[in-house]
Amino acid sequence: MLYRETGQFKISYAADQSVFPISQDRWFVSVVIAVAFFVVPVLASEYLLQAVMIPLLIFSLAAIGLNLLVGYAGQLSLGTGGFMAVGAYMTYKLTTAFPDINIIIVFLLAGLIAAFVGLIFGIPSLRIKGFYLAVATLASQFFLLWMFNKVAWFYNYNSSGTITAPPREMFGVIITGPMASAEIRYLVTLCIVIIFAFIAKNLVRGRLGRSWMAVRDMDIAAEIIGIRPFQTKLIAFAVSSFYCGLSGAMMVFLWLGSAETEAFSINESFNVLFMIIIGGLGSILGSFLGATFIVGLPILLTNAPQMVGLSMPIDMQKHIEIMLFGSLIIFFLIVEPHGLARLWQILKEKLRLWPFPY
Amino acid sequence: MADFERETASLALSILVKRLILIGELEVIDAEHCHDSLLMYKTLIITKMTGRYFKMLRNLILILLGGVLGVTGVVATTPVVEADEQFIPMLVYRTGPYAPSGIPVANGFRDYYTMINNRDGGINGVKITFEECETEYNTKLGVECYEKLKNKGSTGASLVNPFSTGITYQLIPKASVDEVPILSMGYGRTAAADGRVFKWVFNFPTTYWSQASAFIRYVAQQEGGEANLKGKKIAHVYHNSAYGKEANPTLQALAKKYGYELVLLAVDHPGQEQKATWLQIRRAKPDWIFMSGWGVMNQVAIKEAASIRYPMDHFVGNWWSGSDADVVPAAASANGYKSATFHSPKSDFPVHSDIIKHVYDGDMSKAKKNSFGEVLYNRTIVNAMFAVEAIRTAQGKYGNRALTGAEVRWGLENLNITKNRLKEMGMEGFTKPVKVSCSDHETGGPIIIQQWNGSKWNIVSDWVAPIREVVRPMVEKAAAAYATENGIKPRSC
Repeated sequence: MLYRETGQFKISYAADQSVFPISQDRWFVSVVIAVAFFVVPVLASEYLLQAVMIPLLIFSLAAIGLNLLVGYAGQLSLGTGGFMAVGAYMTYKLTTAFPDINIIIVFLLAGLIAAFVGLIFGIPSLRIKGFYLAVATLASQFFLLWMFNKVAWFYNYNSSGTITAPPREMFGVIITGPMASAEIRYLVTLCIVIIFAFIAKNLVRGRLGRSWMAVRDMDIAAEIIGIRPFQTKLIAFAVSSFYCGLSGAMMVFLWLGSAETEAFSINESFNVLFMIIIGGLGSILGSFLGATFIVGLPILLTNAPQMVGLSMPIDMQKHIEIMLFGSLIIFFLIVEPHGLARLWQILKEKLRLWPFPY
Repeated sequence: MADFERETASLALSILVKRLILIGELEVIDAEHCHDSLLMYKTLIITKMTGRYFKMLRNLILILLGGVLGVTGVVATTPVVEADEQFIPMLVYRTGPYAPSGIPVANGFRDYYTMINNRDGGINGVKITFEECETEYNTKLGVECYEKLKNKGSTGASLVNPFSTGITYQLIPKASVDEVPILSMGYGRTAAADGRVFKWVFNFPTTYWSQASAFIRYVAQQEGGEANLKGKKIAHVYHNSAYGKEANPTLQALAKKYGYELVLLAVDHPGQEQKATWLQIRRAKPDWIFMSGWGVMNQVAIKEAASIRYPMDHFVGNWWSGSDADVVPAAASANGYKSATFHSPKSDFPVHSDIIKHVYDGDMSKAKKNSFGEVLYNRTIVNAMFAVEAIRTAQGKYGNRALTGAEVRWGLENLNITKNRLKEMGMEGFTKPVKVSCSDHETGGPIIIQQWNGSKWNIVSDWVAPIREVVRPMVEKAAAAYATENGIKPRSC
């Protein structure tokens, strides 16, 4: 009744090819974006912005990046943390060397460098597949972190190897560093994530995305119909690493404020991989849902006992949280192995028939 | 939808039952029947299950939604705390690979604050309140905890003890904005010792760099003079993180000055696997080993050192590598292992009996279960004492009420714990007097070496002063670099 496309006629090719062909979808997304822009910064407390919303958005971007590679192009990668580190360390180097360049441009440049590094580490994907490729990309994770730890040039020779976000402003407003308010950092993050989510959505609908999916589904068949696996796979690595690098840069500059290599450890790579598996492989929406699940749920579980007025020792609370989190992951994987995005899709199909299913 | 499912299910069930009866009656199971009933059975199961899943899912989504709304609700309304209560946030780690170090620390803070509340009724009548938040020694969780706790209490967080160098690094830029002073006692960013740049950060009584220089001085004493350092080989086994790397620049600078050879060996987080490191040590044969470890890394390193038969009395940990939990797993083979410290490892001072009396009602065994008397527990007593005395000092200026972070900062900067004051608090001989100043947030306190004899720690040296003429210029240089990088204008004092 509410969600039905009956009567929505497409009278131009542009309308037929729009990202959200159903007007209810368009409305829904517009409302969500409007809420994210106007309601959340006003209502949410600093804690909610800093501890939930900003990391959620940043990890969504990383998950989109990995999803392009794993979900769309079918190249399993465990190097996410390493590529995020490239973005973060390069942003730090660039912005300390050229303080006058706008920080957003520095983010993009750092993303391009990460894309280049991804390109290099993507070369083995031409020969090896599946789990073996995952192991090969694992090498990039360890090598990159080792390099950022070992070569003092990357952190400007300071004694601790920690990179710190210096204050940078745009249009007279400080957007990075400790003086930047949580609201501003949230809004900047939101802008970048929305823009790049739309770019990603369009990438996967276009020629490039289709060739990725062709390679994913059957690379020999793809080659026969004229898709070059060499370029396609490498571009997938480059684009994915660009997204990961960008999110790594945002992680240090818009969220944490400072970081050492430990912040990009193998655990982060796994976390992002879990996000796309739980959210849904080959789905942009799934990247957001997965990031919400992995970032939001532990915080929800940590705060849950206090919300219901339950007081228990902090270590027990933590252990319960870990167990609950683990069992919820298993639960969701059993209920819907194709991820939360698939659940959403089923829900939409049901909604079309509601309230009069056959 | 539900109706539809129920119908299908019942239909499928009736058909299945009929089919089963049929099979049962005929006692003939031909291939077709078998196939059909199996299919039906499958359909039944699937329809039933999807129905149930959707119900479960719906409930779950409702619960999650409720939870999210709940979070916003709780976050929006901070609980009301009585007006004159001094709130201290506690970032603790009772779980994870650093729990062996984190548990005595958390217990020490809790017990000292509780003791002050029970014995004196708070600090000059102002009760201390505190809340623990689990960080797992993870910097991201640490920042989340800090954000969660910084505005609690009637006046917000009065000061924060991160007890993690990584978390301290994260909090330093935030401290001046949120006006919450950081007391990183003997850890964190060494450059913060320059109070002109780091107004909100305190790392007295002494820092990693001072400690490393004092260690070199101790080695010189053992070797019979600074001249004998020449040609010696000293290894630094360190946690490969901001924390572990802290001592490296000092050791390098001193290597240049005294002519010893420095071998740097990094151990990656969390430090359970160190075979390669100790193989390198076996090959390099260093005369002395200095270790900057934490958590499970210490236990493993001491065991490994024992297994390659390294002379334990030439193996010196920094003050975070010398607690009971570190040496107990290695048992007798840890015998002779040394570590730096800045307080006594004993637990027979009047302050300890006060804790037993006012926190545990004289129940010694219960106290022991709560890490009472361990080295890290004692260290936290010192830390908690500094915090309480800083608040007391600030009360001298601002009056006996709950103070804000900015007011407590003044107290930290003007902290002067004399020998007499230590005696009053029942800590005479427990630690050294401390006097903080505007420019010097470190005070360059001396260290003392303790040694494990297989069952307990004993002090085996005199107080060893750091080599201040080397360390202080390095601190000022590092602080100045931080100031230019972050656009901070140093105070003049």
